[in-house]
Amino acid sequence: MSLSAPTCIGASVSRIDGPAKVTGAAKYAAEYVAPDLAHGYVVTSRIARGRIRRIDVSRARRVAGVIDVLTHDNRPQMAAQDDAYRDDVAPEGAPFRPLYNDRILFSGQPIAVVLAEDPEAARFAATLLGVDYDEEPHVTDFLGQRDAAVAAPKGAFGPPPARGSVETALEAAPVRHDADYYVPAETHNPMELYATTAIWDADGRLTVYDKTQGVQNAHTYLCGVFGLKPEDLRVMSPYMGGGFGSGLRPQYQVVLAVLAAKALRRPARVVLTRAQMFELGYRPAMIQRISLGADADGTLRAIAHDAVTMTSRYEDFYRQETGWSGLLYACANASYAHRLARLDLPTPCDMRAPSAATGVYALECAMDELAVALNMDPIALRLKNYSERDQHSGDPYSSKNLRACYEQGAEAFGWAGRAPEPRAMRDGDELIGWGMATGVWEALQMSIGVRIVLSANGHAEVSCATSDIGTGTYTIMAQVAADMLGLPLQDISIRLGDSTLPRSPVEGGSWIAASVANGIAATADAIRADVLRLAQGLPHAPLAGAGPDDVELAEGCVVSRADPSRRTPIADALRHARLERIEREHLTEFAAPKLAHNTHSAVFAEVRIDEDLGLIRVTRVVSAVAAGRILNAKTARSQIMGGVVWGVGMALHEETLIDPAFGRIMNANIADYHVPVNADIHDIEVIFVDEPDAEINHLGVKGLGEIGIVGVAAAIANAVYHATGTRVRDLPITLDKLRR
Amino acid sequence: MINFDYVRATSAADAVSRIAAFPGAKFIAGGTNLVDLMKEDVERPPRLIDISRLPLNRVEDIQGGGLRIGALIANADLAGAPPVAQRYPLLGDALRAGASGQLRNMASVGGNLMQRTRCCYFYDLATPCNKRRPGDGCSARDGLNRAHAILGASVACVATHPSDMCVALAALDAIVHVRGPTEGRALALTDFHRLPGDTPDRDTNLEPDELITAVELPPKGFAEHYSYLKIRDRLSYAFALVSVAAALDLDGDRIREARIALGGVAHKPWRDARVEDAMRGEPANAATFGAAAQALLRDARALAHNAFKIDLAARTVVRALTQAARGTPQSQTDKRIG
Repeated sequence: MSLSAPTCIGASVSRIDGPAKVTGAAKYAAEYVAPDLAHGYVVTSRIARGRIRRIDVSRARRVAGVIDVLTHDNRPQMAAQDDAYRDDVAPEGAPFRPLYNDRILFSGQPIAVVLAEDPEAARFAATLLGVDYDEEPHVTDFLGQRDAAVAAPKGAFGPPPARGSVETALEAAPVRHDADYYVPAETHNPMELYATTAIWDADGRLTVYDKTQGVQNAHTYLCGVFGLKPEDLRVMSPYMGGGFGSGLRPQYQVVLAVLAAKALRRPARVVLTRAQMFELGYRPAMIQRISLGADADGTLRAIAHDAVTMTSRYEDFYRQETGWSGLLYACANASYAHRLARLDLPTPCDMRAPSAATGVYALECAMDELAVALNMDPIALRLKNYSERDQHSGDPYSSKNLRACYEQGAEAFGWAGRAPEPRAMRDGDELIGWGMATGVWEALQMSIGVRIVLSANGHAEVSCATSDIGTGTYTIMAQVAADMLGLPLQDISIRLGDSTLPRSPVEGGSWIAASVANGIAATADAIRADVLRLAQGLPHAPLAGAGPDDVELAEGCVVSRADPSRRTPIADALRHARLERIEREHLTEFAAPKLAHNTHSAVFAEVRIDEDLGLIRVTRVVSAVAAGRILNAKTARSQIMGGVVWGVGMALHEETLIDPAFGRIMNANIADYHVPVNADIHDIEVIFVDEPDAEINHLGVKGLGEIGIVGVAAAIANAVYHATGTRVRDLPITLDKLRR
Repeated sequence: MINFDYVRATSAADAVSRIAAFPGAKFIAGGTNLVDLMKEDVERPPRLIDISRLPLNRVEDIQGGGLRIGALIANADLAGAPPVAQRYPLLGDALRAGASGQLRNMASVGGNLMQRTRCCYFYDLATPCNKRRPGDGCSARDGLNRAHAILGASVACVATHPSDMCVALAALDAIVHVRGPTEGRALALTDFHRLPGDTPDRDTNLEPDELITAVELPPKGFAEHYSYLKIRDRLSYAFALVSVAAALDLDGDRIREARIALGGVAHKPWRDARVEDAMRGEPANAATFGAAAQALLRDARALAHNAFKIDLAARTVVRALTQAARGTPQSQTDKRIG
């Protein structure tokens, strides 16, 4: 008798939650109903800074169906200390408190929520509110505040320590490149609107269905803000229509829904509009200055990376854009600086590949410019400075197969056929440009709890409080559990997005796949030991004397690895012990890795440009990714393709436009806020290079939520230069910039 | 969103009498623009009069040539109608350049004529806008005006008209038929929309109690030499930065007649009869097209962020005329510019 090898991990498995989503069985935060549900519509501030003098709610209250209008004047009690509002991922500062007082911190700030028997009445009544303000001068012009920016506070995201002597090395370098790169503010725009439905149960406990990337983060936050006992509150987010980082922090609608539920002692729902979602956080606009010095053979001698990014006046949000430059390439001298321009805007937040999408964009454009100055092939320059060690710590990598990304990506793209000079490749009237860039992200893992309930009937339920924000977490959890428990995929059910489930960090940073997969494996180990112990209780036990490491769970049995004919069905083992199920909950902690750990990619882009009119088409992208073990070939490919599409948007389309006179976002809708449409997207090829990693964790998983976008904008910008000879250093590369 | 009531018109005459009797009421057909504006509280009609079921959705040949297009035919249906495809392909292409398939299935011809500007300040009640409330001021003039007008703007308003269809209709000398409470009348498409002047709140010369019943195309369709070229910030589903409807009647390589209409540059589709007249008898070549483009843009004025549109418009005119002369109109599916 032979043993079939585990087949689920790595396979191209369609999403197990797909049928529920396409049939509508999967409910999202705004879809939960309860008798007497009150519907809230949010009213936001017209001004960017000042105070509310008066809110006249009398006309709104007279509208038929209106129950109440909550403002800072009449809301239920909320905590008075900043600490209560500081969630797991809050930056330094005094967090925003929705409806707390009369202070206006940004245009679009919620100042009232109209509660009615139906959403239409609430929305109509919201138009009847009379609001008087005492306006104060505001500042939202980022570029105008560049010189007024202050040093970012030292903290977890502060720039890494400098090394060597950058100024001396730059001065001595025979070839040098210095330039500023601009990235505008950008907005996440997940498909699902932010929404919360808060429902009381008969015992006075509250269940909050929230759109969030962290149900336990939201749970802790709400307990703090409202002084709730943890057991009296449950936060649920089983499905989420995209987050991209915008749902890492609890958003204001969850506070408003709970305020409403408390004020009315009724269930309440608050759904934001698309325009309101533009005020929830955004990728901050930034200017990055990069200085590179190199020898004539391309050896990097110095890297200086300075960033100025925007934040609000009440919190210092920033991420480490600059550190990527010193990490990626071998270079003895590196320095960094990060300054913040504090503006009358909401606090920015994480957006897919926070710091890397932007920092690596600037670095990889600068490397391309250096390659031009050196008259070197862009890949050759990167290989010349290839680093086998983390340049900050000096540690070797647990695995780093970026070299294979360059090789396989270049091969698939046909890079060898590239004419090195700009403007040298054409097809009729169109200029063709080929550009490339490196991508890099972290390979993080966080403590995570997993519970497995294995039933005698051969079914297993795996639960964890993590979220599936649309990435495929349900599916990879089921795949790992199926292999580890030796059960078919369809006999695994997954529960997540519930604050009462075993502990999980927020779903971000690409850390959930590695964390939860290894958490399931570790918990399954405990289950296996339990099953073995029970099997050994059977008379004439075939596995007598075996230890947990001598057996595995496969084909519904506990099986000897050495002799697969020695086996006991799991059902027999449980039934003999008169157990219907066995249950294990295990918190998996990850030791601080001894080795450096990152994911990498090489991105190649082809653009075709009508130079006369400035029109750019991105006709081909090849993304070769080294991200350890791939858990699901299909969802992984989808992740990378999504990142590439977003990278096209970052390069050519996306920009959150803020009018400095009003301090307002003026394209707060997805008609005017441009993302790529089908016509903008052509061939995208995704390659996963082999990258076995026995060090990073048991399963060798690194995660790939972020890596797909990193490097894409730079590859396209570099391709645009190669096509035209014009270097556009501010995103998005619109036709007016190309032609000026 | 403001509450409103809703009635359904039973005939064109009924529609007109209903709107005459209820000041502030609006007709609704596809609703692809009006409903958006109502959601944003920009339009606040107390009553909607639904005309979508009126029998104004036919495309009929006119005796002696020409085509009569019912005001309620959907943009998608009109684009695919055989007489349009065969005799007025410029119109079909302009329709396909606009919006998305879903919107074109809903949007009517009359509604397309009545489209309001996409100026972001017009949509945002927190900012002043003379078009929304006369006398409040224009926020775009010194604001985010990258997409705004370079021709025919006023101190009061720098907004542009967003339609693609109307640009082609302007080039084709279309005639708009309307019906009022007592009588009907016909307006040239080029006289239908207004320049903003001191009254930017009025987009068109249609009276509040008039209903658009049809658009008439004269016999001449320029089906041999035409092109609709739309330049935008992404390759589909975006409003034009500049668009050009070009049509030529050639005698060998000489121009017998030229039509050029520009979209995205003014408060109305932009034509200049003097420029077209000057092209008569000239060779259909780059020099003629370049001179025409320069002449069309000679009065263009840039705001802080839209200076690029002047040069872009000139280049787009030349390219569209070149495509038209070659008989290789711009494809509306392949996004490569020919």
